[in-house]
Amino acid sequence: MVSKVLTANRLSDGISVWLDAAGNWAESLQDAFVARHAEAVTALEATGKQAFEDNKVVDVNVVDVEEINGTLRPLRMRERIRAEGPSIPYAAGYNGLAGPKHAA
Amino acid sequence: MYRYDEFDHAFVSSRVEQFRDQVGRRLSGELAEDAFKPLRLMNGVYLQLHAYMLRVAIPYGTLSSRQMRMLAHIARKYDRGYGHFTTRQNIQYNWPRLSDTPDILQELATVEMHALQTSGNCIRNVTADHFAGAAADEVADPRPYAEILRQWSSVHPEFSFLPRKFKIAVTGAERDRAAIQVHDIGLHLKKDENGRIGFAVYVGGGQGRTPMIAKKIRDFLPEEDLLSYTTAIMRVYNLHGRRDNKYKARIKILVHETGAEELAGQVEVEFAALKDTELKLPETDIQAIATYFMPPALGNRAEGWESLARWKKTDADFARWVQQNVQPHKHPDYGMVTISLKPIGGIPGDATDAQMDAVADIAEEYAFDEIRVSHEQNLILPHVALADLEPVYRALVAAGLATANAGLITDIIACPGLDYCALANARSIPVAQEISNRFGSPERQAEIGELKIKISGCINACGHHHVGHIGLLGVEKKGAELYQITLGGSGDENTSIGEIIGRGFEPEKVTDAVETIVDTYLGLRRDKDETFLEAYRRVGPQPFKDALYGSAQEAA
Repeated sequence: MVSKVLTANRLSDGISVWLDAAGNWAESLQDAFVARHAEAVTALEATGKQAFEDNKVVDVNVVDVEEINGTLRPLRMRERIRAEGPSIPYAAGYNGLAGPKHAA
Repeated sequence: MYRYDEFDHAFVSSRVEQFRDQVGRRLSGELAEDAFKPLRLMNGVYLQLHAYMLRVAIPYGTLSSRQMRMLAHIARKYDRGYGHFTTRQNIQYNWPRLSDTPDILQELATVEMHALQTSGNCIRNVTADHFAGAAADEVADPRPYAEILRQWSSVHPEFSFLPRKFKIAVTGAERDRAAIQVHDIGLHLKKDENGRIGFAVYVGGGQGRTPMIAKKIRDFLPEEDLLSYTTAIMRVYNLHGRRDNKYKARIKILVHETGAEELAGQVEVEFAALKDTELKLPETDIQAIATYFMPPALGNRAEGWESLARWKKTDADFARWVQQNVQPHKHPDYGMVTISLKPIGGIPGDATDAQMDAVADIAEEYAFDEIRVSHEQNLILPHVALADLEPVYRALVAAGLATANAGLITDIIACPGLDYCALANARSIPVAQEISNRFGSPERQAEIGELKIKISGCINACGHHHVGHIGLLGVEKKGAELYQITLGGSGDENTSIGEIIGRGFEPEKVTDAVETIVDTYLGLRRDKDETFLEAYRRVGPQPFKDALYGSAQEAA
């Protein structure tokens, strides 16, 4: 079976997040809990549905990943870009993925 | 420039407070996503791949320095230090927090800006020629009419839930710089034989998955009938436009299925009933709006001719920039400056907060405080004295904004693509960057001449690929990106939809394919004055197919 992870966007800021093993929404795909059998996928789906209903996240999806030397890699490019950020420098003069310039 | 009256101020402020309440209820869980989504979209807030996206309206692409500074401030305070100017003359921010959006809208309202009707099945931001009010070839300024349409269409109760979104563009010259024939309604401002102002009316153009060139259904509509006739079109569309299938819901499908002549007849029936109602525009109202768009007092600056010639002789880069990025103005002592947002290898349409501030400063000092956004994702200073071109250029160089490529092969339109957009199937920006780098040398660009490349990351065609001289459409095939190439498209007064040239190209091969096309053109053009589009229209696709795929191979 293809391994799967649960992903969504956080309601308050829209940032892409993945469900980790402790049931928290992590900002890195590499922290995601990986479902490797059907029961685990069912549990992921139920967790995602509940989190959506609890208004924690939006756009909830279970996505396919592969594990290469311990690193998770989504099969679809769309999901890889969601996980890694835009494949380009943002704009002339902007330096990296540090996040918003203003304080969190 | 149009200034808000008391009604406008009160209306926009009340909408901000309404949205603040809605966001608060969403974050507290009182409102579910299904209920909230249409509300956020009505205020320009989308959800994209990495974050929310806020699309801010820039009516007919016209901005003051004060407004541009606010856009810079929003980028700095609430986003990641940049914004993206779009093909609809708007700006998008890629990283706002939902919780910040009411504050952003409140700050925008202080400079008479908002995000209303930048999404949803309503009449969207009305676009216009970015050289409006300045172009030497203009019959009349299209912006007063765009503003009248904006006021009329804002939260219009009858047209807020159309079958699908609706886009209107207005141009004021024979040379169409607003791509009116690929809009739901295109208005070409003109004079009749008696010197009266009016419009040729085009209906049913559009791009997307079913590209269509608009049909002209009126050769001359007097200006006083603008709202009654537009209302008549909207009523016919609202009544008969398909609501069963979102892919067939745009007015272009209705025009296609009904036939332009039949549809024009239906419009005329509605129009007859509306013509002499309160929708008839009194001359005094048109004049009142037009006064907001009066050109600045442009004094004679004849000394600019001599100094410009001198500067050009001493600085080849400056001379090249003037040649490419400055267009003739109505006033002979002035020019219209295109500020390219297409640095070689850069992201089409992106500007940092510092660059936006720099443009605001330059416009204030040298350009009568006026800035435009073009649908080609550049900025425009419409009124600059020739005598001031040199200091304007120096200031633009300092801000990294002096790329001399307006209208050339590196002046590429590209949608955000799969790097940001939730609808995209493939990336657009990296493709634009690679092409830009490949053709970036000034000499090579000059040798190629006018050539418009437009790139979309999905069939929705936000990157206008259908009307690119060379169009690139990114698709997903077997989990990988593939780029389909169209040739011969054009979005001007001789609009044409590009033809698919053959099978698509992988990302690592698409720039080579573009180069093959360009080299083929250079080899077959009659002389240096025959542009790519003219040459393509003369010879057709075959030489390009042969060059790309080999004459014996099956191209399709």
